[in-house]
Amino acid sequence: MAAQSALARAFDSDLWWSFKRSPVTVVSAIVALACILGAVLAPWIAPHNPFDLASLNLIDAFKPPAWTGDGDATYPLGTDDQGRDVLSAIMYGARVSLLVGICAVLFATILGIAIGLVAGYVGGTVDSVLMRIADIQLTFPSILIALLIDGIVRAALPREVHDRVALFVVIFAIGISAWPAFARTVRGSTLVERNKEYVLAARVIGVSPLRIMASHVLPNVLGPVLVIATLGLGGAILTEATLSFLGVGVPPTQPSLGTLIRIGNDFLFSGEWWITIFPGVALIAMVLSVNLLGDWLRDALNPKLR
Amino acid sequence: MMPALLEVEDLRVEFPTRRGLLTALDGISFAIDPGEVLGVVGESGAGKSMTGAAIIGLLEPPGRIAAGQVRLAGRRIDTLPYEEMRKIRGREIGAIFQDPLTTLNPLYRIGDQLIETMQTHLGVNAAEARRRAIEWLELVGIPAAAQRVDSYPHEFSGGMRQRVVIALALCAEPKLIVADEPTTALDVSIQAQVITLLKRLAREKGTAMMLVTHDMGVIAEAADRVAVMYAGRIAEIGPVREVVRHPKHPYSVGLMASIPPLDRRVERLAQIEGAMPRLSAIPPGCPFNPRCPYAFGRCRTERPELLETGATRAACWLYDAASERHVAGARAHG
Amino acid sequence: MFAFIISRILQALPVMLVVALISFAMFAYVGDPVSIMLGQDYTEAQRAALVAELGLDQPFFVQFARFVGNALQGEFGLSYRLSRPVAQLIAERAPATLELAFCAAALALLVGVPMGVYTGLYRNAWLSRFFLTFSLIGVSLPTFLIGILLILVFSVWLGWLPSFGRGDVVDLGWWSTGLLTWSGIKALILPSITLGLFQLTLIMRLVRAEMLEVLRTDYIKFARARGLPNRAVHFGHALKNTLVPVITIAGLQLGGIIAFAIVTETVFQWPGMGLLFIQSVGAADIPVMAAYLLLIALVFVTINLIVDLLYYAVDPRIRSGFGAARGGH
Repeated sequence: MAAQSALARAFDSDLWWSFKRSPVTVVSAIVALACILGAVLAPWIAPHNPFDLASLNLIDAFKPPAWTGDGDATYPLGTDDQGRDVLSAIMYGARVSLLVGICAVLFATILGIAIGLVAGYVGGTVDSVLMRIADIQLTFPSILIALLIDGIVRAALPREVHDRVALFVVIFAIGISAWPAFARTVRGSTLVERNKEYVLAARVIGVSPLRIMASHVLPNVLGPVLVIATLGLGGAILTEATLSFLGVGVPPTQPSLGTLIRIGNDFLFSGEWWITIFPGVALIAMVLSVNLLGDWLRDALNPKLR
Repeated sequence: MMPALLEVEDLRVEFPTRRGLLTALDGISFAIDPGEVLGVVGESGAGKSMTGAAIIGLLEPPGRIAAGQVRLAGRRIDTLPYEEMRKIRGREIGAIFQDPLTTLNPLYRIGDQLIETMQTHLGVNAAEARRRAIEWLELVGIPAAAQRVDSYPHEFSGGMRQRVVIALALCAEPKLIVADEPTTALDVSIQAQVITLLKRLAREKGTAMMLVTHDMGVIAEAADRVAVMYAGRIAEIGPVREVVRHPKHPYSVGLMASIPPLDRRVERLAQIEGAMPRLSAIPPGCPFNPRCPYAFGRCRTERPELLETGATRAACWLYDAASERHVAGARAHG
Repeated sequence: MFAFIISRILQALPVMLVVALISFAMFAYVGDPVSIMLGQDYTEAQRAALVAELGLDQPFFVQFARFVGNALQGEFGLSYRLSRPVAQLIAERAPATLELAFCAAALALLVGVPMGVYTGLYRNAWLSRFFLTFSLIGVSLPTFLIGILLILVFSVWLGWLPSFGRGDVVDLGWWSTGLLTWSGIKALILPSITLGLFQLTLIMRLVRAEMLEVLRTDYIKFARARGLPNRAVHFGHALKNTLVPVITIAGLQLGGIIAFAIVTETVFQWPGMGLLFIQSVGAADIPVMAAYLLLIALVFVTINLIVDLLYYAVDPRIRSGFGAARGGH
């Protein structure tokens, strides 16, 4: 009952109204939802299991998409060099891309909020040092920072260990490269809250002011943080794809869309364009729809911004 | 009789918006003679500045002139193509804006801004333009003009910048100046100096002026005639002395009563009840009727034109022969 | 002027020092350089000798000072992967990257700024709408996919342009250039577009937004009210004021070109520093990574310095130490 009324309220809100009014946003939402569902449900709805080596047959290799003359209806988007179904590989790849993207953004969000709270609350030298680091980091493109972190970890860990934790390394590297935007927003809001009376009151009655502030600051920054996170998700997926394309991202045993594009790139010249182009299209669809949703969310939550 | 320099006739400005057409100016008619200073007063939003913008042909889109005419020395200028109108702006009609801190381009030396303007309109060479630029700066009272000509706007105070703006508006020797709140953004102590300067230069050069302001003091000081605007229309127009001392339109009456008199102390200044209607909700009939203490039936249905009231003309049915009965009543009150 | 440059350089020093510290920490503590350099078989004595030779037994700050001293002389040790001096490797590859970055930056500025001015002045023209739609694609497509698509169309399908390498190069002393041969120029086209497209669209959108902002200001209205010709108003008064914020962001974006050169060089197998770096990341070749990091930081700091100097040239308010706020009107 309560859930129903909450749902009804949600559908009645300004947000929903502005959502319905923008056809681009509705289309983006549908595309994003399709990407997410396709990725999450891949093990159940994908036509083939690209990791099941037993089912692969080299006779099926390099089949073009189904609608071309030599196509095969079993492989709607064709097959790669090992006879893997491209569509299924994309669905499983999107799973990895999405997982890494979401985890990296979550990591950056938590890190950014924590640093922002501390910087805003403690102030002084701690604040200026943390914000200076954020400034310096913001002047360098995130891809460079992610690459560097990945490279350092690669050098620090033995190869076998590295391959096992590669996924986490990528998440860590992308997350580290994205925290400053969150920290800045939260810090600004914390600075405003810091001088309010309830903080003083909390200190008087012996409750940790930081904890009280977190519970007051966080609701205030929920909107901006959500916007940064949505836009950041598109960026994180792109960064992961770029890292994997460069061959330093996720391990080859768990190919993401970027890995698929890199592998397919080798066959571009022999005319098997579908192996690389379709994962590329899937990547663009995913990133573009998430970015457009983020743009809409930003405008809807803050009409003053363009 | 000498022909009027500027004639505005039945001017109407409209803004198409998402919620329909807004009429920002309606039935504005007035004339300015050569060398004359016409003050335009009214609350903010009454359409004073927009009248000025319409005359110099720089209405902000999507605003446009929907009806009426603007004539300069007998020549119709509201229908001129952009390039023709551009040659008139600066050369024949100069403009002064409100905030001297934002009207000067921060990246250009003030001398270059003057030189550029004179070279555009007067066809003088660079050396001559520079000589005249220094002369103009001296004329508007910039000390050490020969050195200051190469300074940037940020190196001047607000009052000095407004003097530079005045020099810029006058340097191509236009016959008419449209001055939009030229003193509003300045310190009170500077305001009088700038108005005196403007008045003196206009007299010396024989320049006519349309002086837009909400400050009755400025009007009383500088204008020959005054037009009182309300909700995009002219409520009353006439010689300054008459409008200030014997206002006829109930709105002018209220406006004058709200000015603190200098010669005696008053406990409370009079104020007009209510607020000016928004453009989207101008009432039928006389726009002032909901706030007017003398309003009667006709005021709510029929819109009054400017009517002769003796020394001034007022858009008020009280002065129509057909409503003589009410006039008698109102006069008894007034 | 001189004092201005000095103060900017002093501000840049701490950044360089922090980067040098990170760089040194990587060098000294990540992995085990000694065992990598010694190979499989070595005695304790050999190891101790090498440790002493490398100065690894010295206190931290002594080692750091040595590192900085060496770095200033362009001395970064040997690459683990190629066993050649890092400085030499980078010097060989630098011309390729710099030529590519230069062409991409020139493309981004020479096309992006006019497109931005046009779309700002004629907001509703169909060409403006076309440019804006096009820029949305440019912003959303990842660099490597743009490269792949260009290769597919212009190399594989049409066969007009080469898809990898620099073509024929001419050696001018230590600088090898591809700009003097026809095949070198042809080889530059696709990588330059790939690398420059993102910055181009970004600069276009930025100039457009600034132009719209500036056209609304009072001084533009006043310039029109003085009857100045459109040419003077648009390309004099408006464009000059647009430049102030555009220089900042464009400067930072041009720094981004160096970073994304890594991706472009990988797609096109362009023998530059980016490709060297990515191969080093893959092989955990710390000396090359450390040197590259320092070099990139130097490039960024230099670009920032140039941006500040351009500011100084454009905005008189900064020259007189007035209104220190950047981009204020």
